[in-house]
Amino acid sequence: MKQEMWRQLGLKDKEYQMILEILGREPNYVELSMYSVMWSEHCSYKNSKRVLKMFPTENERTLLGPGENAGIVDIGEGLAVAFKIESHNHPSAIEPYQGAATGVGGIIRDIFTMGARPVALLNSLRFGSLKEDRVKWLFSGVVSGIAGYGNCIGIPTVGGEVYFDESYEGNPLVNAMCVGIMEHEKISLGRAKGEGNSVLLVGARTGRDGIHGVTFASEELGEESEGKRPAVQVGDPFMEKLLVEACLELIEMGVVVGIQDLGGAGLTCATSEMSSRGGTGMDIDISLVPLREEGMDPFEIMISESQERMLLVVEKDKEETVKKVFDKWELTASVIGKVTGDGMVRVRDKGRLVAEVPARSLAEEAPVYCPEMRFPSYLEKVSPLSLEDIPEPREAEEVFLKMITSPNIASKEWVYRQYDHMVRTCTVILPGSDAALLRIRGTDKGIAMTTDGNGRYVYLDPYLGGMIAVAEAARNLSCSGAEPLAVTDCLNFGNPEKPEVFWQFYKTVEGMSQACREFNTPVIGGNVSFYNETAKGAIFPTPIVGMVGLLENIEQRCTAGYKKEGDIIFLVGEGEPAPGGSEYLKHIHGLLKGSPPQLDFQREKKLQFFLREAVKAGLLSSAHDLSEGGLGIALAEGCFSGNLGIEVELSVGEDLRWDILLFGEVQSQALVTFDPQFQEEVARVAKEKGVSLKEIGFVGGKNYKVEVRSQEMNRTINLPLEEIKDKWRGAIECLVEL
Amino acid sequence: MKFGVVVFPGSNCDLDAYHTVKDVMNQQVEYLWYKEKDLKGADCVILPGGFTYGDYLRPGAIASLSPVVESIIKFAREGGLVLGICNGFQVLTEANLLPGALYLNLSLQFRCVFTHLLVENSQTPYTKLAGKKVLKIPVAHGDGNYYADPETLKRLEKENRIVFRYCTPEGEITRESNPNGSLANIAGICNEEGNVLGMMPHPERAGEEILGSSDGKIIFDSILEFWGEKR
Repeated sequence: MKQEMWRQLGLKDKEYQMILEILGREPNYVELSMYSVMWSEHCSYKNSKRVLKMFPTENERTLLGPGENAGIVDIGEGLAVAFKIESHNHPSAIEPYQGAATGVGGIIRDIFTMGARPVALLNSLRFGSLKEDRVKWLFSGVVSGIAGYGNCIGIPTVGGEVYFDESYEGNPLVNAMCVGIMEHEKISLGRAKGEGNSVLLVGARTGRDGIHGVTFASEELGEESEGKRPAVQVGDPFMEKLLVEACLELIEMGVVVGIQDLGGAGLTCATSEMSSRGGTGMDIDISLVPLREEGMDPFEIMISESQERMLLVVEKDKEETVKKVFDKWELTASVIGKVTGDGMVRVRDKGRLVAEVPARSLAEEAPVYCPEMRFPSYLEKVSPLSLEDIPEPREAEEVFLKMITSPNIASKEWVYRQYDHMVRTCTVILPGSDAALLRIRGTDKGIAMTTDGNGRYVYLDPYLGGMIAVAEAARNLSCSGAEPLAVTDCLNFGNPEKPEVFWQFYKTVEGMSQACREFNTPVIGGNVSFYNETAKGAIFPTPIVGMVGLLENIEQRCTAGYKKEGDIIFLVGEGEPAPGGSEYLKHIHGLLKGSPPQLDFQREKKLQFFLREAVKAGLLSSAHDLSEGGLGIALAEGCFSGNLGIEVELSVGEDLRWDILLFGEVQSQALVTFDPQFQEEVARVAKEKGVSLKEIGFVGGKNYKVEVRSQEMNRTINLPLEEIKDKWRGAIECLVEL
Repeated sequence: MKFGVVVFPGSNCDLDAYHTVKDVMNQQVEYLWYKEKDLKGADCVILPGGFTYGDYLRPGAIASLSPVVESIIKFAREGGLVLGICNGFQVLTEANLLPGALYLNLSLQFRCVFTHLLVENSQTPYTKLAGKKVLKIPVAHGDGNYYADPETLKRLEKENRIVFRYCTPEGEITRESNPNGSLANIAGICNEEGNVLGMMPHPERAGEEILGSSDGKIIFDSILEFWGEKR
C-alpha cells in the first residue's frame, strides 16, 4: 500500500505501522478506511484521553458516567435524567443550516438511545463579528437549522447562549445539548451481548452523505474546506421523529438487548463500539443494508454518516417484533448480521469477506498521544492591565446604551423566538432567564438546565476560566432554586498538535475538574472538538459547560425579572468588580487584557447555598447573578424581563471608578429582590449561610435610574425603560437584517 | 364528555392536547391513529399541532388524505365538534373543511411567542364563555399567514366566522401584534355552522398558570359548556 493512501485518509505513518502489527498483514482499503475514521481525533480522543482522566465522573447520584452515548443521573422516585452536549462546528462552518440541524439530530439520538424520552434542547453558539456578511449568513443559517430540526421533531429548545467575537470568525461554534427523562429500569446500553443475536439496521437508508465527516472534523479549516461540503450530512427531522417513537416503543416492550445510534464514522463506529463494549464481535453483510443510491463501494457503506439510523441487537426470535413496530411507523428495519463470540468485526458483501478486524482495535486501541505543551507567549502580552489603559468615559448614559446594544448583551429574542420552546407543555421558565426550568409530569419536581462558557476568560487564564465556566453554570441553576447535579462538557479548542493550544486545553480541564469537585458535579459525558482553527489562528479556548439541576418542588422556583413595585433590591455576596476580560473593556475600549475575575470557592458556595435556601423558603421575588456587563447590566436585565423600573443608589470609595463599579465583572455575586416584609427573614438566612447583603435600591417607576456617588463625583443613568428595552431587544435584529 | 386526539406521523402537540383534556379539564380522551377510521365515540375531535409528514409538501396536505380524516369530514358534516390547532388548522384547510390557506410567515421565520387574541365571535361552541375578552395564548409556527381570496374574506366577515384576531394586550388590532402577516390579523376561523374551528395559536399550551397563561382553558371550558347545554 502506498504512503499517500493512508496519509490522504488522515492516518500518520506510525499509525499505519500499528495497523500492520494488529492485523499481521496489509489492510485492504475498506479496513484502512475503518481505521482512519475510528482513529480520528473525533472518534478516538487520542490527544485528549489522558487529560480527560482528571475529571471527577461520579457522585452519589450518577447511574452512568462517560463511555456510553450519554451519562445518566438519578433524580429520585425511580426517575433519571440523561444528558449530553456535542459539537458540530466544522460542518456548520461550511453549511450552516444542515451542519447545525444534524448536530441537533445527532445529540437527540444519543439521548433516546439510552432509553430516555428527549424533553429539552439547548445550544451554545459562537460567531465572529456580526458586522461581517459571512457571519450574518452563518448566524442566521445555524439558527434556522436548529429551529428547522428541533421544531419539527417536537422537542423544545429551551436555553443556551450566543456570543460574538472576532476570534470565531470563519470557525463558528455550534454545540447542541439534549436532556431526556427516563425510568431507571429503561436504561438501554450500546452493547452487543449474546452470541447469535441478530443485528438490525433501522431507520433511514444509507447514502453517500457524510463520507469522511470525522476526518474532516479532525483537521483545521482552510480554503479547500469549501470543497468538503459533501462531508456534511443532510438531516430529516421527520424521519427522526418516527425513529424516536419506534425505538422508545421497542425499549418499552423490553426486547432491546443493545442499541446505538449511527453518527460519526457510521456503521464502522456502531458495530465496533457495540462489540467492544459487549466483549463480542459482529458479522454483517453490507449487501443487506438498504441504500439510497446504486453503486456504493463497501468502504462508503461502512463509513457513510447518513443520518437517522440506529443499530439494534435483539434476540433472534424478536426480529419480527422489531419489524412490526417499525412497519407501524413506516420505517425500514433490516437484519444485516449477527453477534459473534470471537471479538472480530467481519464485513461481507454478498457473502464475500471484505473486511475483518478486531473490534477492540478499532474502538479502544487507537494510539494515545501526549502532545507537547508550552506556556503560550501571548499570555505575557495580555497582562497586566492597568487602569491607565482605560480612559474614564465622560457620559455614563452613553456607555450604558452602548453596552446594552452590544450583541453579547442584547436580547437574544431574535434567536429563541425562532425555536419552539413550549412544545410538550413542560417549560416553566422560558428562555431569557438564568436557567431554563422544566416540570416533570406526575411529580412535584422540576429540572433546571443551563450552558455556560466564557471563551474570553479562558483565553486570558485557562485554569481560572475553566473554573469560572463551571461555577457560573452552578450559580445560574442556584438562581432558579435548583441544586446542581452533574455536568456534560463540550471542549472547543484549536489544533492540539500545537503546544500552546494543548497547554490551554490541559489548564482548562484542570480548572474545570477542580471546580467540578468543589460543586460535587461530576462530568458524566461530553465531547472534545479540536482543530477549531483557520488561517487566522485558533479560536478562543472555549469549554462549554452544560449543567442540569434538580428542584424538588417546582413551586419553589425563581426567575431573573423583577416582579412588583416596592420590592427592595439587594446585592448578595462580596467581591470587587474588575475590568479584566470584561465585555466593557472589549466593547467600549477595544481591549482584550487583564485577568478574569477571581473566584473563591468558599464564597461561591455560600452564595449558592443562600440562593437555594432563600428561593426554597419563598422569600425572593427575583434572583439573577452578575455576569457579562457587571452590575449595571444585571440591574437592567431584571427590568427588561420584569417590565418594571428601578431606583438604585451606589456609593463608591476612592479606589473604585464608577465605570468599573457599574460594568466591571465579578464572580460570586447576585442581585435579589424581595418584599420588604421578608427583610428580616432574608437577613437571617444570609447570616446563617455566611453571605453579606447590601441594600441598593427598590423596584418602581418607569425608568432605569442608577446613581453612583462618591465624595467628589456623581454619575446618574436615568433613562425610560421603554426606550432602553426597545434598543436592547432590537439590537441583534438590526445587525442581522439590515 | 369524550375527546379524541388525532395522531399523524409527525404530530407533536398530540401529547399536549391529550394532557390538557385529561389532566387539566378532567375529561375522557383517546388518541386516534391516522390509519384508522374509527373515531372511538369522541364528541370532539382535536387535530393537534406538529409537522405531519415533516411539512415537506404543503403543511397538512398529505395528512388531509389519511383514513382518519375521511371519518372526520363525515363527522363534521354531521355537526360533530372538530378543533384544528396549528398544523391541525392547516389540515382542515387542506381537507376543505375550512376555506383559505396558510402561507409561510411574512418574516419567513418560525415564530414562537405569546400573542393576544381578540374574540370576535363568542357565539361558537369554542368561545361561548370568552365574551369579548382578550386571550393570551402562544403561537408556534412557520406557516400561519392566513390568506383567502377577497370574496371569501368578505363572506367570512359577513357571516361572523372570523373567531379570533391577533391584537395588542389592550385589544387593538395592529400590524405589530400580528406574528405572521395574516390577512386582517386572522388567527382563527370557523365553518358556517360553527362546529369546525381552526386556529393557529395553541390553547392547549395556555391551560395552566405555571405555563404563563391559563386563558386557553376558556376555550376548553366553552366546549364543555356547549356540550352540557346540548345534552
